[in-house]
Amino acid sequence: MEVKVLGAGCAKCNQLETLVKQTLQELGKEVKVDKVTDFPTIMSYGVMTTPALVVDGTVKVSGRIPSVSELKTMLS
Amino acid sequence: MFAWIADMIVYRWMSLSPGEHLTEALHFFIYDVQKILFLLAVIIYGVSFIRSFFPPERTKKILSHKREFIGNIVAALLGVVTPFCSCSAVPMFIGFVESGVPLGVTFSFLIASPMVNEVALVLLFGLFGWKIAAIYMGTGLAVAVAGGMMIGRAKMEDQVADYVYQIKMPEVEIAALSWRQRHDYAWQYTQDIVKKVWIYVIVAIGIGGLIHGYAPEDFLVRYAGRDNLFAVPLAVLIGIPLYSNAAGTIPIVHALMEKGMAIGTVLAFMMAVTALSFPEIIILKQVLKPKLIGLFVGINAVTITFVGYLFNAIL
Repeated sequence: MEVKVLGAGCAKCNQLETLVKQTLQELGKEVKVDKVTDFPTIMSYGVMTTPALVVDGTVKVSGRIPSVSELKTMLS
Repeated sequence: MFAWIADMIVYRWMSLSPGEHLTEALHFFIYDVQKILFLLAVIIYGVSFIRSFFPPERTKKILSHKREFIGNIVAALLGVVTPFCSCSAVPMFIGFVESGVPLGVTFSFLIASPMVNEVALVLLFGLFGWKIAAIYMGTGLAVAVAGGMMIGRAKMEDQVADYVYQIKMPEVEIAALSWRQRHDYAWQYTQDIVKKVWIYVIVAIGIGGLIHGYAPEDFLVRYAGRDNLFAVPLAVLIGIPLYSNAAGTIPIVHALMEKGMAIGTVLAFMMAVTALSFPEIIILKQVLKPKLIGLFVGINAVTITFVGYLFNAIL
């Protein structure tokens, strides 16, 4: 599984990153979380609002921090 | 209800007697703080719930087919309802340009979005009344439409950073949110904003209260009254470095108006606070060349100053 958090260093982006890492740990998955901060790459996913979460190449959420239960479905 | 709570705290618990200067000031302060924080929470929740129906991806699609003028108006209106934070300004700008939204239309959006924001509107509504809030919103939209059209006419397409034109974005279908998710989004957003601004609201209302109670009645008439022609441009200049902090400035400005600051000057100042800020300019530097940034700041400053003179003359 490939997990990416998109965001150019805003507070919410860091929040999402931490939350994603926690959730992965709870799910017992050893997956590295990539952080993408440069705009051209962020935009290449079609995302206009950060933070965004990309799992295996598809955008799962953008512009908001999902709830923990949502995250669990997205990451499992 | 707010008055009742203020009564309870001031007269009952602190057992201060009504009628004294300090007591009344304290009562006023507690009343205003409650009212503004309550309005903030309720209205921001409502606005962000509505916002969840207008993700920028949809805004972009609506705007890409629009022409000048109509496009500028629609862009300014969408600027009010589309969620915006300065960290999203760059991806939004790139997204708009990439999907063929005209530059002038994009700027109408970029001007309206921070200027006509819900925190400013709540404070204006709560402290100045609905008329001033409506005037602020109306003129804010007008400034965004006019400013965007002027930038569009200036044909500055070559003043956008070159890499912006090379970015290709795929079409992404944004899944519709459930009501539960909309509630979560609105609730989260409300908490974020209230957490961020409550301290400014309290301090600013406190300072406003001190000015209200202790500054002499007309002490600003000479400096910031309508007869002083320098007041408006000066207010705009002072407003720029006060980074979008509507919560911290509006209560103070409210008190200053009571002491003789003219209404046009007040409006111009608040527009400068919200619409023009150094951090935003620095962020926009990533996608705009200096000439276009200069034009953006210049046009904003000039139209806002014009608004100030206009309202000083007619109100």
